Amino acid sequence: MTTMPKIDRRSALLGLGASAGALAVGTRFTHAQSTAPIRIGFQKHATGIGAAYGRWYDATTQAAVARINEMGGINGRPVEIITEDDGTDPKRGAEVLEKFASQHECDVAFGTLYSHVVIGSAPRAGELKLPYFVVSEGHHVASGMLNRYTLQPGITDVKSQVQSMAPFVGANLGKKVAMIYPDFAFGHDHRDYFSAAIEAEGGEVVAKIAIPPTETSFTRYFPQIPRETEVVYHVMVGPAVLTFVKEMGEFFGPSRPEIFGFIDSLEAVAIDSPGLEFLEGTYFWEGNPRYAQENQTEWDAAYRDAVGVDETGASVDDARDVSTYAHMFGCWETLNVIKAGMEASGYQGPADRPALIEAVEAMSEMPEGMDHPQGPKLFNGRTHQVFGQQFISQVRDGKLVVAHTASIEDGMYEDEVDYTMQPF
Amino acid sequence: MQFGPHLLLAILEGLVTASILSLTAMGLSLVFGVMRVVNVAHGEAYMLGAVLAWWVTGLIAGHPAAGFVIAAIAAPLIMGALAVASDRLVLKRLNYDPDRTIVATIGLLYIAQQTTLMSFGPDARPVEPPFNQRIALPWLERTEEGWAWFYPWGLSITSYKLFVIAAAALILVAIWLIITRTRAGLLMRATQQDSETAQAFGIPVGTVYSVVFGIGAALAALGAVLVVPIQQAHYLMGGEPLLLSFIVVIIGGLGSLPGTVIAALLIGLSDGIISVFFSPTLAKIIATLLVAMVLVFRPRGLLGKAPA
Repeated sequence: MTTMPKIDRRSALLGLGASAGALAVGTRFTHAQSTAPIRIGFQKHATGIGAAYGRWYDATTQAAVARINEMGGINGRPVEIITEDDGTDPKRGAEVLEKFASQHECDVAFGTLYSHVVIGSAPRAGELKLPYFVVSEGHHVASGMLNRYTLQPGITDVKSQVQSMAPFVGANLGKKVAMIYPDFAFGHDHRDYFSAAIEAEGGEVVAKIAIPPTETSFTRYFPQIPRETEVVYHVMVGPAVLTFVKEMGEFFGPSRPEIFGFIDSLEAVAIDSPGLEFLEGTYFWEGNPRYAQENQTEWDAAYRDAVGVDETGASVDDARDVSTYAHMFGCWETLNVIKAGMEASGYQGPADRPALIEAVEAMSEMPEGMDHPQGPKLFNGRTHQVFGQQFISQVRDGKLVVAHTASIEDGMYEDEVDYTMQPF
Repeated sequence: MQFGPHLLLAILEGLVTASILSLTAMGLSLVFGVMRVVNVAHGEAYMLGAVLAWWVTGLIAGHPAAGFVIAAIAAPLIMGALAVASDRLVLKRLNYDPDRTIVATIGLLYIAQQTTLMSFGPDARPVEPPFNQRIALPWLERTEEGWAWFYPWGLSITSYKLFVIAAAALILVAIWLIITRTRAGLLMRATQQDSETAQAFGIPVGTVYSVVFGIGAALAALGAVLVVPIQQAHYLMGGEPLLLSFIVVIIGGLGSLPGTVIAALLIGLSDGIISVFFSPTLAKIIATLLVAMVLVFRPRGLLGKAPA
């Protein structure tokens, strides 16, 4: 009898302790729910043929996140970037998304450029129900090929780009165009949509020359350019882009036709490199002008400053280290769209992922400003694709000077898909 | 482009490929012939040669030719020294066992590639050529007034590419002279024919092995120094030369130096011509098919000696 109260007291104490502990754990957990970082998985082309882009996409991403965190993060929570190398490889890309979702417990995935990696990874994002914000340019998002979890709100797509370039090419450079492009999805988008766009201008494509993106020697492809060609249209990617452009110059010598290129052919390469003198007077598409222009906006100046790029588009630390300026703004702007979407949907955790996607789908006009330093944008929630202005720059005195700015409307086309009709 | 000028351009491009290829394949063939080691890391010696050339030319200010000349001497020497060290540290300790050396050189391949990735980085970096003038080439054509010279559009080569062809030819002649006319070459040939007997006659077989492994790597590096002003240094650039070198060495006959040169010309020219007129993919398909045919019908290669 005398021992009974002791037992009671012990069990009562135990019970108290346990419930106190549970309470403590409970409060810590709810506390964590509100201030734990938002985790954004960054699928980085750290190695492989996309490495030059990967390095600068990384620099831009880190700068954008530093700015977001300085402004108080997202919904009062800091943002953390989890970086994984995808080797610019589609198979590895899908595995990286898997890691983001299950191992790192990321809220969203972001940052892929190369179209074959996007196409290889996006189905897995759909299966994992992981919002996947790509910065890729390919038409695969707006074409309806992917799924509701894949969005491209920070950079325009190739179809829109070439459509707004074709009138300029047809009117100013010539009607007979020979196209040189990399032999994978991104290059095929150029081939298909530019051919259609230049035909609409009364021009024609006289040759379509596909080059494997891993090629290292190019002279042997150029004889396929017909003599009647008035304009050479080039877009090339991979580690050998400088060789490509140099050998093109050596091939033509003094009698070159007009040349219109996508700056992709020379991203991360100095335009005044030896052997590129023949480019003087030729034209390039630029997503964002590499050289600070006379009418530079205050936002472009502040953005250059934040990313660490000088007025020639090179790193402030090393003038020989040229950035991928025409593309990397897409990372900055996409992260700001993710922030806006999470704030609009009151995003708390993975359960709110569908609400985040709905919030981004509901976006439309994105005014020019510090969140969108490249220029104003118009987002189409049905096709998950953003539209924006494009630049055509001419090489003058070894610098890229904007000669024409295509408006947002120039790049618009009819919807090919309505992702909002797909279930989550 | 017309057929004639087009073919000439294809042959010239093919000759540049063949020149570089004959140097790298010669290194692979020499190592196999003397040491019986299948060096899977050979492509990485090529890659490291290009990276070293980029590094050396970056250190030297002034005219690009000065940097290039020093790189052409330093890169093969450094690469040769690295190869000698890996022979002493790794291959020797495996007693040059054929299976285990393959695995060990695969390991060396990854070490070289990852070390380059971590230090040099993943970007492609250019080396400025010492000189590079475009030379337009004339073509003879029958016109109404008889035969006349004219300059077809696009038919050209650069002075540097011509230099590559000439330099590779000179180096190959030098190697042939060293092997057939010098005492060092005699020691190599003796070791190649029968290493045990050579040892019994007092030839330092271990040293010969180290030197040959070093020369093999230095040849690959030299090929890379020649090619890097045309292409760029990149940490993944060793894959294709390795594959092509194996194709050349199998077709030419493992260990046969003249066979290697003939096969390099065959593969380089056919690669140039087929990829100009058809597609580069078809060129690779045909080269691989050729290897299969050689292996089936003439396993010792074009000029390889039948096993005794």
